[in-house]
Amino acid sequence: MSDHTDNSHEHIDEDKRDFIYIATGAAAAVGAGALAWPLVMQMGKAADTLAAGSIEIDLSKISEGQQLKMLWRGKPVFVRHRTPAEISEAESVDIAQLKDPQTDDERLMPTPDGKLDPKYLVMVGVCTHFGCVPVGEQGKVDAQGEYGGWYCPCHGSHYDTSGRIRKGPAPTNLEIPAYTYISDTVIKVG
Amino acid sequence: MSGHPSTYEPKYAPTKWLDKRLPIIRMGADFMTYPSPRNLNYWWTFGGILTLCLMTQIITGIILAMHYVPHVDLAFESVQRIKRDVPFGWLIQPMHAVGASMFFFAVYIHMFRGLYYGSYKAPREMVWLFGCVIYLIMMATGFLGYTLPWGQMSFWGATVITGFFGAVPVVGESLQQWLLGGFAVDNPTLNRFFALHYLLPFVIAALVGLHVWAMHHAGQNNPIGIEPKSKKDTLAFHPFYTVKDAFAVGVFLLVFAFFVFYQPDALGHADNYIEADPMKTPEHIVPEWYFLPFYAILRAVPDKLMGILLMVAAIAVLFILPWLDTSKVRSMRFRPVTRRWFILFVIACFILGWCGAGNPDDIAIPFGEDKGITFLLLARVATAFYFAFFLLILPIMGMIEKPKERPESITKAVLGGAE
Repeated sequence: MSDHTDNSHEHIDEDKRDFIYIATGAAAAVGAGALAWPLVMQMGKAADTLAAGSIEIDLSKISEGQQLKMLWRGKPVFVRHRTPAEISEAESVDIAQLKDPQTDDERLMPTPDGKLDPKYLVMVGVCTHFGCVPVGEQGKVDAQGEYGGWYCPCHGSHYDTSGRIRKGPAPTNLEIPAYTYISDTVIKVG
Repeated sequence: MSGHPSTYEPKYAPTKWLDKRLPIIRMGADFMTYPSPRNLNYWWTFGGILTLCLMTQIITGIILAMHYVPHVDLAFESVQRIKRDVPFGWLIQPMHAVGASMFFFAVYIHMFRGLYYGSYKAPREMVWLFGCVIYLIMMATGFLGYTLPWGQMSFWGATVITGFFGAVPVVGESLQQWLLGGFAVDNPTLNRFFALHYLLPFVIAALVGLHVWAMHHAGQNNPIGIEPKSKKDTLAFHPFYTVKDAFAVGVFLLVFAFFVFYQPDALGHADNYIEADPMKTPEHIVPEWYFLPFYAILRAVPDKLMGILLMVAAIAVLFILPWLDTSKVRSMRFRPVTRRWFILFVIACFILGWCGAGNPDDIAIPFGEDKGITFLLLARVATAFYFAFFLLILPIMGMIEKPKERPESITKAVLGGAE
């Protein structure tokens, strides 16, 4: 910078300059993008979080009318051993009038012999509205909502005995996790 | 920084030397001599009060971070330890917690003042916009900070608020889990919330710099909303407004101290003294008082996505306010009809806050037995009015209202005919 050179006679190739500007800008953009990717992706689920995947539940320990709550991937899983009255109520609903139409059978996974066992309903116990845990313990009738299933105290969503949304702001039915029967009485969630 | 002629004269060799290289003393001196309208009232002291609030939160926050442990197994205990075992922790922790409430209390008065006196109108749109951004980041900071003590309200508040992102169509669930760093609110969530809660106050401090810069560039508004026309219309910031601000700060600190020393938990929730339990939701999840009006708007619609959009719109509408108000008259003092609408708007905000605290299905205003207006219905009416004020009343009133006659100048307004 210190020595003064006279540039007035120098020829400036505008096309060449444009090329250099564009090439520099493009290289910088690609570099910034390549750097941004890991900085964004580090926020996602870590390998250990993903690996803490599955739990086994022994259904025979749940007596009729009882509900088991277990923590799975940081969320509660509900296993309800439904009474015959609850099952018949869940099966008799006209699905055309549901917000998220599903039959009770569609919300069950097959046992090892390929049949459905409507006694055990397995769900993620997280309200589909904003993620609260619905209440629905046996014996507390007022806690089960207007449809005898579950009630979310946060914003007033009512679920029926199949965990389907019947009244309130929740958009969908309580989620059914991926689970399989590993014997007649034991299921594996996740 | 301030657009008035500088009167600073460095007296000593070191200050002369510095002034040629980095005129930082000049900047401070010019700030102090900044010509402010001579008629600013006590509603104008909240800018200074808010500066104090931000400093209080940053200083107490840095101290708390030295003792706090951002881990799901230790966070709750570490906050209890700060309150019980750390020297003066009993003082510093409530200063920070109560300080958050005081900060929002002051910012709401500051915002209502801006609304009433038309401080968002040309040429102060940038002042208002930076204010809106600061308010938005304040809300984020307040929410992130409330998660850190890891009580029941912390956990479930975080679950509900991050659930908003889950409502975004198609990418919602991935976005939510990306924010949480897991399937649910858990240790990765707490860790990043702590990091961001530490960062954002410094972002706010930088934005406050721009907010004040824009304000000094455009000049301060004043209660009659007429620009200063001569030197007589203004006073130097120091000592006139430093003293006025100092008195207001003193009164404000009395209220602050009352809560810190006598009612440190009055503005929080008892449920947050129960450690976070992902298996059990509290009976009523209620946000901190300063979010209640927006919570009421969220719940005013029975649809998840619509509720969120409406809540976002309630804040977004503030950003476009300078272009919604069609009136050239700034101060509501000269807008007799709009002034009444403004008072109703303030009442609507309080009603929304009340609805946010209540259970939607409960009766808010009973008449007779079992009958009456539910919080849900009341919230819907107040929400409708909230939006109508910005989207209908302000645009229409500006066109049809006949404003009162305005004084010629600030000096005329203050001193009448006397010179």
